[in-house]
Amino acid sequence: MSDRIRVVIAKPGMDGHDRGAKIIARALRDAGMEVIYTGIFQTSESIVETVLQEDADVLGVSILSGTYEHYAKEIGGMLRENGLGDVLFLLGGTVSRQDVNRLKGYGVAEVFGAGAHTQDIVGYIREWAAAREKAG
Amino acid sequence: MEVASLAQRVLEGERRALARAISLVEDGRARDAEILAALYPHTGNAHRVGVTGPPGCGKSTLVNALARTMRQRGLKLGIVAVDPTSPFTGGAILGDRIRMGDLVGDPGIFIRSMATRGSLGGLARATSGVIEVLDAAGFDVVIVETVGAGQSEVGIAQTVHTTIVIEVPGLGDDIQAIKAGILEVADVLVVNKADQPQAENTFRALRAMLDVGAPHSGAAGHHAPRAMLAGEDDGKGVEKLSDKGWKIPILKTIASEGQGVEALLDAVQAHRAYLVEGGRLAALARARVASELETLLREALLAELADSLGPQEIERTIDEVLARRLDPHSAVDGLVRLARRSRRGKGRRSRAGVQAQPAETD
Ligand SMILES: Nc1nc2c(ncn2[C@@H]2O[C@H](COP(=O)(O)OP(=O)(O)O)[C@@H](O)[C@H]2O)c(=O)[nH]1
Ligand SMILES: [Mg+2]
Repeated sequence: MSDRIRVVIAKPGMDGHDRGAKIIARALRDAGMEVIYTGIFQTSESIVETVLQEDADVLGVSILSGTYEHYAKEIGGMLRENGLGDVLFLLGGTVSRQDVNRLKGYGVAEVFGAGAHTQDIVGYIREWAAAREKAG
Repeated sequence: MEVASLAQRVLEGERRALARAISLVEDGRARDAEILAALYPHTGNAHRVGVTGPPGCGKSTLVNALARTMRQRGLKLGIVAVDPTSPFTGGAILGDRIRMGDLVGDPGIFIRSMATRGSLGGLARATSGVIEVLDAAGFDVVIVETVGAGQSEVGIAQTVHTTIVIEVPGLGDDIQAIKAGILEVADVLVVNKADQPQAENTFRALRAMLDVGAPHSGAAGHHAPRAMLAGEDDGKGVEKLSDKGWKIPILKTIASEGQGVEALLDAVQAHRAYLVEGGRLAALARARVASELETLLREALLAELADSLGPQEIERTIDEVLARRLDPHSAVDGLVRLARRSRRGKGRRSRAGVQAQPAETD
């Protein structure tokens, strides 16, 4: 693992609005993290391959359309298949409350809804990184 | 993870191991030296290409197009894309992958984004370490994208074989200012965004500039760092090679449409052939090793010297020079003599220690 927290921010699917993803990318940069931003229209394969090549600690996937279930399942599975199960997998976007637990079953660590503050995400990643450090 | 087994997995082409090894080298801690030591015997095969130019000139887009063309010619390649770290927060947004989406699923390509992090010297060292790792992993070509911002491209140019400098239409009177920088590092000059109206003017202005500057340019010469260790003869040898001169080609591209990219790759391969021919590449490699050893030796000796003197001694000498009781040259002579004496003293003590307790040695 790197000295700096490295985060891949990705946006899968056919929806081309990446304003939210960019705001989060900037907030994480301002918190001292190295953010690899992949741009829009990513496939699950290309997202997981990017996480692998970049040796990222965290993957943040931003989804606005109603396809989060599909991508969470697919990306979560591919992370595990590629030995990347220890990467912190976060989901951002509009997600129904009753779906959250099922998404966590796919390997998503936490879901940040459209109303979440960027500082909540920063804090969550920092706490996770500190806990990982302690565990060695 | 054990460094030896990590290195083995890198050599076998395992991508996860490669990604981990790059992180180690980038962080530059003790294990960095270990992993590089394990991989170094397997380096030296990749052709290293630098791509530099101002922000937004189309570097990433051009790397994407160039990489696709290289793949068509059967080459496997590693890409290192460097973006600046924010000096205020230490964080960075690394966005070069946005333009390289075409390349991600290809097993013959490995892309790594890098932030500049600390100093320029540190960046050059970390970048060259990452290039070595990709070289050892068996890639035929390693491309490094850096923002051209003064000194950084010179540092990177010293670690690559062929440097592509990108300019964009709209160069005006500041061409004189750019001139020195370009001649310093460029092996191939590109006017990208040739679809824009002023492209032809910029192209002509740059060509006129190169025609004036050409006789003194030449890759083997201007990239070869001058190293004391190389000795007079080696230095001159490299210098002489450059006299024959590499005529810097200037090309027009439309990176976003892939236009002119075949010709650009031809130029890179021609430059490679130029370097190989007549032993230029070997001379360049020798000069670089000499320069690198010199840098490391200087750091090591300085650290050892400072260590054996202790900080008070150096502070005291600074006071003496400040008070003008001592001139700087005599001060340095004095410090070196003192350091030698204190080292010899320490050596005697430790040898005595070894004799007294032989059981503790191994
Ligand atoms: N018109 C035009 N735009 C280009 C060309 N090449 C790149 N661009 C655009 O220039 C912008 C910056 O490109 P990028 O590759 O990110 O530049 P970099 O910052 O130098 O890496 C992007 O919007 C590209 O689409 C070109 O040949 N013509
Ligand atoms: Mg770029």
